[in-house]
Amino acid sequence: MILDRRQILLLLPAAAVAWDFVLAGTPEEAPNYNMSSHWWGMLLDITKCIGCGSCVRACAMENDVPDGYFRTWVERYHVEDWHIENPRVDSPDGGKEGFPASGMTGGKNFFVPKLCNHCTDSPCTQVCPVGATFHTPDGVVLIDYNYCLGCRYCIQACPYGCRFFHPERHTAEKCTLCYHRITKGLTTACCEACPTGARQLADLKNPKDPIHAFLKDHTVQVLKPHLATGAKMFYNGLDGSVR
Amino acid sequence: MSKFRDSKHLIRLAVVFLLGAVVFVALRAAVIPKSFGRYGPYRGDAIKELTAQPLAYAGHEACEGCHPDVLEIKAKGVHAHVNCESCHGPLAKHADDPAAVKPVKPDVATLCVRCHSQSIAKPSSFPQVDAQEHAQGQLCNTCHQPHSPGFDAGGKK
Repeated sequence: MILDRRQILLLLPAAAVAWDFVLAGTPEEAPNYNMSSHWWGMLLDITKCIGCGSCVRACAMENDVPDGYFRTWVERYHVEDWHIENPRVDSPDGGKEGFPASGMTGGKNFFVPKLCNHCTDSPCTQVCPVGATFHTPDGVVLIDYNYCLGCRYCIQACPYGCRFFHPERHTAEKCTLCYHRITKGLTTACCEACPTGARQLADLKNPKDPIHAFLKDHTVQVLKPHLATGAKMFYNGLDGSVR
Repeated sequence: MSKFRDSKHLIRLAVVFLLGAVVFVALRAAVIPKSFGRYGPYRGDAIKELTAQPLAYAGHEACEGCHPDVLEIKAKGVHAHVNCESCHGPLAKHADDPAAVKPVKPDVATLCVRCHSQSIAKPSSFPQVDAQEHAQGQLCNTCHQPHSPGFDAGGKK
């Protein structure tokens, strides 16, 4: 076959585009999991949380979280009627071993489980200078541990305090929403271990997910909505005093 | 028009620029990982690497396949929606090889009070007791069957 100049000029860019696909290899490894058909979030029902710390222990065991650091933790709030702006909050060892009696009487008392909010417009991914923390196409914020320099910008940027510096790996670290589990059709370790159903993984792109029915007839709120981070951790029964 | 006599300078300069550009492009191609930019401004392979993390919690579906008897007891009681590994701990290794890894029976003395000890911060509808006053030193499973803890469920299994 002899190609004239016109044909070669047309074929060259086409070959360049094709070569890019050759270099990229197979796009997705897990054949049954399609990233574009999920959008992950979580429902946290404060009216059901009993502060047992099962989620914190489960997270630590599933993800090998070092002692004294937390990807998820539970806070206990005590709010006086006349002092709503200044709640008393405690979280002994992140609530890992439950909560000893507080000795508090009166006021409002409740538990708030916390974790990474997997924000749609996350401040933490915006500040990463090397592209080591990112959004997956299914709405999870992850860290590339092989790419992270350990500059800690993201830890400062997170308005929810959900990131920490891993003492051994020397990279930033945070909740992955158990990405290794949810991509296999399982729920997260914290949701699996929660005895009361106070934590429920939600796939917002799945029309059959019970989250949609729940969101319709409950008053839910995200943490710090004024920051417009697009947080996807929906709290039912969230008190205004929660920071 | 006479020929521009110092064209050599320009050619030399052009060659230097061209070489620089080639070195830049080559370095860039060598340094940037192949999967960078596949889904966004990050290394696409990182997603795959994170997915490879081993499981610790098998998930209740894995338990229910082999233990339908417990599931049946549980389904009738108030603990129907409490997942197995919530009390028994992470058991993916047991699910993978049931003969090699045997789960340890949970310690009732610490397990039950973790959820059911009295606290002002718990939702009032949640069953809570002052363990000392309620059990007076007896273990919970003397009277309650942990998988279905009603009074008539009758003690130790």
